[in-house]
Amino acid sequence: MRVTIRYFAAIREHIGLSAEEVQTTAADLNALRSELIARGDPYAVALEDGKAIRMALNQQVCDGNTRLLADAEVAFFPPVTGG
Amino acid sequence: MHFSVQIQTQDFDLSHEIGVLRQNQTGVGAVCSFVGTVRDRNEGDHVASLELEHYPGMTEKSIERMITEAQSRFDILGARVIHRVGLLKPLDQIVLVAVTSPHRGESFKACEFLMDYLKTQAPFWKKEATPQGHRWVDARVSDDKALARWGIQAQNAPAQG
Repeated sequence: MRVTIRYFAAIREHIGLSAEEVQTTAADLNALRSELIARGDPYAVALEDGKAIRMALNQQVCDGNTRLLADAEVAFFPPVTGG
Repeated sequence: MHFSVQIQTQDFDLSHEIGVLRQNQTGVGAVCSFVGTVRDRNEGDHVASLELEHYPGMTEKSIERMITEAQSRFDILGARVIHRVGLLKPLDQIVLVAVTSPHRGESFKACEFLMDYLKTQAPFWKKEATPQGHRWVDARVSDDKALARWGIQAQNAPAQG
């Protein structure tokens, strides 16, 4: 399936992209993250396991076990620091 | 327009915003507002400026949901949230939360609730310019604890090792 991935803040800077479309067979967001890490750097460093990374599916915060949907908008970002 | 969210680069005027919130609202007996401003120090270092990034669309929706949650918890008549993005300097205003209610207690509580919620759940990120260079601001465990007082577990800040 095809999904759009958006990156924010330090993750966007590491990867050097704010958004991209990818073709994936990942079942959930954790699997999608693993696919990206498997590409090697800069993805591996930006999204590495153990790093505090928040995720959203279709603009709603969710956890890594959330099922991926075709044509979804996925986002990976660091903990938020507004206000 | 009595419950609204605005993300903008330009500054805001507190008196104007409260005027709009109160307009023709004869049931309002209390207005409580909070304004967050840019400090020139953080983590012991001088801060020359801040760059604020957000997630267009999601940021607005997430704050709208917080306002809906505030309406279900407190007897409030209106709420206005404005958050600035882009380049900000010390003394600049960053965020406004203003709430109206029939009696003071509910607007005090709802205003604090909205700020605590926004700090840990709304997608914004701050990058600060210090003498050592630019750095992304770390999320604080204390902000998660502030939200926990309202019975909401945030877990935004990374677990401390």
